[in-house]
Amino acid sequence: MNDILQGLSAAFWLVVSLDSELIDISLRSLRVTLTALVISCIIAVPLGAYLAVQRFRYRRLVIAGINALMGLPPVVVGLVVYLLLSRSGPFGVFGLLFTPTAMIIAQVIIITPLIASIAHQAIRELWAEYHDLLISLNTTKWQRIKTLIWDGRRNLLTAALAGFGRAIGEVGAIMIVGGNIDNVTRVLTTAIALETGKGDFALALGLGFVLIGLSMIVSITIHSLSRTEREGRW
Amino acid sequence: MTQMLPLTLTDVVVRRRGKRIIGPVTHRLEQGPPTIVIGPNGSGKTTLLRVIHGIERISTGQVNWTHDAPDQQAFVFQNPIVLRRTVAENLAYPLRLAGVDKAEIISRVTTWLARIGLDALANTAATRLSGGERQKLAIARALIRTPQVLFLDEPCANLDGHTTREIEALLSETAAAGTRLIMATHNMGQARRLAGDVIFMLNGKIHESGAANYIMNTPQTSELKSFFQGDIVT
Repeated sequence: MNDILQGLSAAFWLVVSLDSELIDISLRSLRVTLTALVISCIIAVPLGAYLAVQRFRYRRLVIAGINALMGLPPVVVGLVVYLLLSRSGPFGVFGLLFTPTAMIIAQVIIITPLIASIAHQAIRELWAEYHDLLISLNTTKWQRIKTLIWDGRRNLLTAALAGFGRAIGEVGAIMIVGGNIDNVTRVLTTAIALETGKGDFALALGLGFVLIGLSMIVSITIHSLSRTEREGRW
Repeated sequence: MTQMLPLTLTDVVVRRRGKRIIGPVTHRLEQGPPTIVIGPNGSGKTTLLRVIHGIERISTGQVNWTHDAPDQQAFVFQNPIVLRRTVAENLAYPLRLAGVDKAEIISRVTTWLARIGLDALANTAATRLSGGERQKLAIARALIRTPQVLFLDEPCANLDGHTTREIEALLSETAAAGTRLIMATHNMGQARRLAGDVIFMLNGKIHESGAANYIMNTPQTSELKSFFQGDIVT
């Protein structure tokens, strides 16, 4: 109990004093996670929509594969990305290991299946509702996908928020590929792991509360900016 | 504009999982007053309309338009499908698909909103409309591109008398303006009010067809006589 109170107190003072290291770590966390989220959404949402409207031979297998990849162990992803980006790996020449870019790559691999799966589910339901109308209007495949993504944007936002939640709280993979280097690749989760390892539970808890707060603020901001509960003007 | 009609159906059969849904159907539809498709539940009225419109795959036979122009046809479904957008955006949607310029879209949408009495609800989410309002919106959306042929599948099922009268008036104006209406209905009163020709479907086949006045006053088969008397026909 004492640790929790100390953690709350530490978190309060860290935020109130606008601790430069905390701000730096928080901004890096956000930058890495939001970049990974945007890239994942660009890949996963059209993929989910395509799988919903297009019939092809191995479609079910692809969907099952994506669903299975939702449970990818982050540590394994980190290890694979590490091997690919290390000097002796195929992409070692780019020198990306222990950089925020490597962390973004790992996060993209982790959250893309999650977003694609939820997006596919949401768009599949909408496609069942719209199917006859869109066929009747003689729409092209691209027009159907665009319509479904636009009209299903509220449910797709849920998919994006799920991806954000998973990415911002991720530690295993980004620890491996980022290396938790101070001022370079240290983010909130890896900082929490470090402080816990050092036995500074108060600071670790403080960082934890900041992480939770940050996650909630971003979720609420995205939710309200997307006008999910309001009607739009045409 | 090239005329789509006459339309010829030649030995059209639709089978699903080995079961014959309709057919063989051979029929010719000319340009003219509304054709009303009547028949008991499960007789194949909806399937016939969907086959002609091209949204139901046929197993054997041929559907030949004089000039096949899918964008010159529209379909109004029994359960109106509305896009998860505002009322005005629903009306604008087919025009956007057709690449109509913005000023023309605004002009046509405004005209149609007034015509169906939904101008006060232009910015309301279409999903919040009542059943009758949804059906009026669906009909207006189908007509906004001025199709040559309009298919309607029981458009007034479950609607109150006032809305039914409004829709019938709109359909009469549409037919008078030159759009060919092909409509399935259970409502014999509505069939009498709107029909130029009647097709009586039974067990997936066209059992009897001809000019409405003639068919309704002098049915040639015992099944149609029984149907007009309100008996159960199988």
